[in-house]
Amino acid sequence: MSLANLLELRNISKVYTRGLINASSTTALEGFSLTLKEEEPTILTVAGESGSGKTTLAMLLLGFITPTSGQIIYRGKDITTLSGDEKMTFRREVQAVFQDPFAVFNPFYKVDHLLTVPINRFKLARSRAEARDKIEEALTAVGLRPEDIQGRFPHQLSGGQRQRINVARALLLKPRLLIADEPVSMVDASLRANILETLSKLQRDHGVSIIYITHDLTTAFHISKSIVVLYRGAVMEAGDVDTVIKSPQHPYTRLLIDSIPWPNLDQRWGERPIKARETGASSVGCRFHSRCPSAMEICEQRPPLFRLSERQAASCHLYRDNDKLDGERLTEVLPA
Amino acid sequence: MTSIALTLPDLRQPSNPALVLRYFRRNKVLGVGVVVVTLLVAFTLIGFLVVDPQNAYPLSAPTKKPPSLQHLFGTDFFGRDLLTAMVVGMWQTAIIGLLAGGLGTLIGVILGFISAYFGGWIDAVIKGACQILTPIPVLLIQVVVAGSLDKRDVTILTMAYIVVMLAWMGPTLVIRSQVLTMKERQFVSVAKLSGVGDLGIIFGEILPNLLPFIAAAFVGQVFAAVFASFYLAVLGLGPLREPLLGNIIWAAQSQGAFFNGWWWWPMEPAVAMILILASLALVNMGLDELANPRVRRTE
Amino acid sequence: MTELPLAERRPSAPSVVRTPVLRVKSLQVSYYTDAGRATALDDVSFSLNAGEKLGMVGESGSGKSTMALAMMRMIKPPGRIEGGQVFVGDVDLIGLDAEGMRNARLSRIAYIPQGAMNSLNPVMRVGAQMMDAVKAHLPNDSRSAVEERCRRSLASVDLAAGVFRMFPHELSGGMKQRVCIAIGILLNPQVIIADEPTSALDVVTQRQVMETIDNVQRQVGAAVILIGHDMGLMAQFVDKVAVMYAGRLVEVSTVREMFTDPKHPYAKALISSLPNLNNKGVFQGIPGLAPSLLRIPSGCAFHPRCASVMDICRSRRPAVVAQDSGRVVACHLFDARG
Repeated sequence: MSLANLLELRNISKVYTRGLINASSTTALEGFSLTLKEEEPTILTVAGESGSGKTTLAMLLLGFITPTSGQIIYRGKDITTLSGDEKMTFRREVQAVFQDPFAVFNPFYKVDHLLTVPINRFKLARSRAEARDKIEEALTAVGLRPEDIQGRFPHQLSGGQRQRINVARALLLKPRLLIADEPVSMVDASLRANILETLSKLQRDHGVSIIYITHDLTTAFHISKSIVVLYRGAVMEAGDVDTVIKSPQHPYTRLLIDSIPWPNLDQRWGERPIKARETGASSVGCRFHSRCPSAMEICEQRPPLFRLSERQAASCHLYRDNDKLDGERLTEVLPA
Repeated sequence: MTSIALTLPDLRQPSNPALVLRYFRRNKVLGVGVVVVTLLVAFTLIGFLVVDPQNAYPLSAPTKKPPSLQHLFGTDFFGRDLLTAMVVGMWQTAIIGLLAGGLGTLIGVILGFISAYFGGWIDAVIKGACQILTPIPVLLIQVVVAGSLDKRDVTILTMAYIVVMLAWMGPTLVIRSQVLTMKERQFVSVAKLSGVGDLGIIFGEILPNLLPFIAAAFVGQVFAAVFASFYLAVLGLGPLREPLLGNIIWAAQSQGAFFNGWWWWPMEPAVAMILILASLALVNMGLDELANPRVRRTE
Repeated sequence: MTELPLAERRPSAPSVVRTPVLRVKSLQVSYYTDAGRATALDDVSFSLNAGEKLGMVGESGSGKSTMALAMMRMIKPPGRIEGGQVFVGDVDLIGLDAEGMRNARLSRIAYIPQGAMNSLNPVMRVGAQMMDAVKAHLPNDSRSAVEERCRRSLASVDLAAGVFRMFPHELSGGMKQRVCIAIGILLNPQVIIADEPTSALDVVTQRQVMETIDNVQRQVGAAVILIGHDMGLMAQFVDKVAVMYAGRLVEVSTVREMFTDPKHPYAKALISSLPNLNNKGVFQGIPGLAPSLLRIPSGCAFHPRCASVMDICRSRRPAVVAQDSGRVVACHLFDARG
């Protein structure tokens, strides 16, 4: 049934509880479902501010934390039930590029360590010479000169170079699924294009599916095909990236788009005023209720996803006249 | 993707010895400490080549002689040649220090790592044990234990064990807290993604970064061990036959050395002990700066 | 597909006084490291009028943060200010002694560093920290006057009165940053320097904070220097843009000129690498790497990466030449003739 699916998230929730007696719980992610097909590698953006659950989703996908409920099925197997060998395969095929170019390097070692360790552990090369070739190939593909990089310590290189090495590592491993968590947000503007292009090539030429996590919708627009907008752990809007960004329907997405500082003098940001976020999330009803300019009485009930078109859905009562879309079928509005 | 021919600056680092010297210039504390320790070690090592260790024991030389050309440091009431005694005594102090210090640090590293990395009940047990044992007055226990041992059982080795008994909790807690922070660092996550297992992460990723801390903890342990052996010996609880520096002082005290005018007898070991402890303390402080880059001074 | 609606133009800025409130002349800063001498700022000059907003952009290592530190005289060894003058009003900050400079900081020129919100003292209430800052400059003011000033400052950044008694950890990132802005304007400085004030903030909070800086600047009438590398922020916020490369100033233009007709090849490449709604899928990075400040290329620092490089660019450093309309460019393509 699901052997053709690279990844299936079935109604994942992650809830953190604190305290024994007066336990308070925070829902980091709620009822999230997604399917990625193996033969259709795609780039999907998961967009949201801090607290939206996007980092939690990344940690869940990488297997660093386990969901409170729901299942994560990778290539037909629940990842919590993998055997030793299968775990290694999972590790090899699901990789990440993180945000902070410096933090991923162990300061004790030279930068080569980042690339040689996975080659050794995953047996990606049969000899030292082959390993060296692969490393040089990956470094050159991201625009670095191997002789400038090899043998150096992380603090001797610039942030841009370090992030390029991170991307080279992803190239080297050629995973099936790559989680890119804000890969360009700590990188200078002039280098962003370079890194995004490499990620794009990974998907196009090497069949890697990428989940691009960000709060920067401009880069998301450039690189991905589909988008899911999260707010406080719930999906606000989802669909084809062009449609959602150029004509957002959910009030939260509209607020986000409105606040984008476009590098274009004729696109001024912010006519919509911003209502400050309150410290207590509205746990009843729509998550965005307390900040929404179009809030109505019915918003005290959690809105389901309403399908707005073939490639767009929003969970907002403004659209309650449309067909409902079951959370588990979210993938249907996401183009491949 | 074309890569433009721009070479990175040729960061020709000065040679390693030059770098070390430059660091000592900045971190004078460490520099001075290391120099003094080296001199003391040299004193002992060269001393062994020069003197006959037997002379450190009673009845090997004329008694109560002040410093002279034959006996550079003089002799004591029992006929020990004090120069030889100092050489042998410092050597024995070093053994106690290194043994107890090494053992304490080793226990600290093992327990600290296990506790922090695996967490859960193991962590609770180890942490709890440390926290319960720490407030125990170490001096009292050491005195009681040493005092209740049969005089013949008190040797250099037993001194070392008595010292380690209550010294391992400090390093354990310090290393545990360091590992706890390191565990959350992103390069550990990346190592996991690269297929590295738990042992590989402990030894390959975390341990190398903690070497400065472990070195600092080690020096601290050595200091504590040397100091403990000293005061136990001064109280007369040490292996009385051996020429431990503390023993010499105790003996001098019990014979009323100052009143009798044999000033060299207690003064020499006292000065030696001050030098040893001070230099170890300086090295400890200096290593602290090395281990904690935020404390590092800029040029 | 509907287009994004064109927002209304901002109301025109109040007429600015023509005497520059900030004049930087030939500022020169070097760092002496184990590996050699790095020229962090090389003969940088520019000026700003009261009420004007200048955006300073460049890659990391281009010297923009060093510029801010140099103006505040906060360069620590092994860095050294080797020459130049920084006039705020009539006073040359470089020539002041230590005490004079201490007085000048916050009262004449205020600096909101990168990550300022993380440098708030976690064990002191916000109000107490602000009052400390004021008391250091106005020791003779009464306590109630000082408190009143602090509260007014908090109000002008749109924070509720209760924030005065809160601890930093009780505030969100955006609120903390606004506290830092409030501290910056306590003594009505003539120049405010904000170094990447929104880099750690979400896009919505970012907008809030920038709008706050805008409001505050209008109230106080200060000149603002916004340091950053987000060209989008610059487009939305500043009046003029200065582009730095390898410690040198390569272009200063009005914001409209910079986005529609940049002159310097580096500025041009920066602008074309920006993603916008009309060039989806097109990635135009700048090839090559920014040079290390230890080994700046001969002649024009940008020549190894420049698409329009000429022979002269390799040997002679281009002078900063004023174009008509107040723009300055340092490029041989625009050398003054004759």
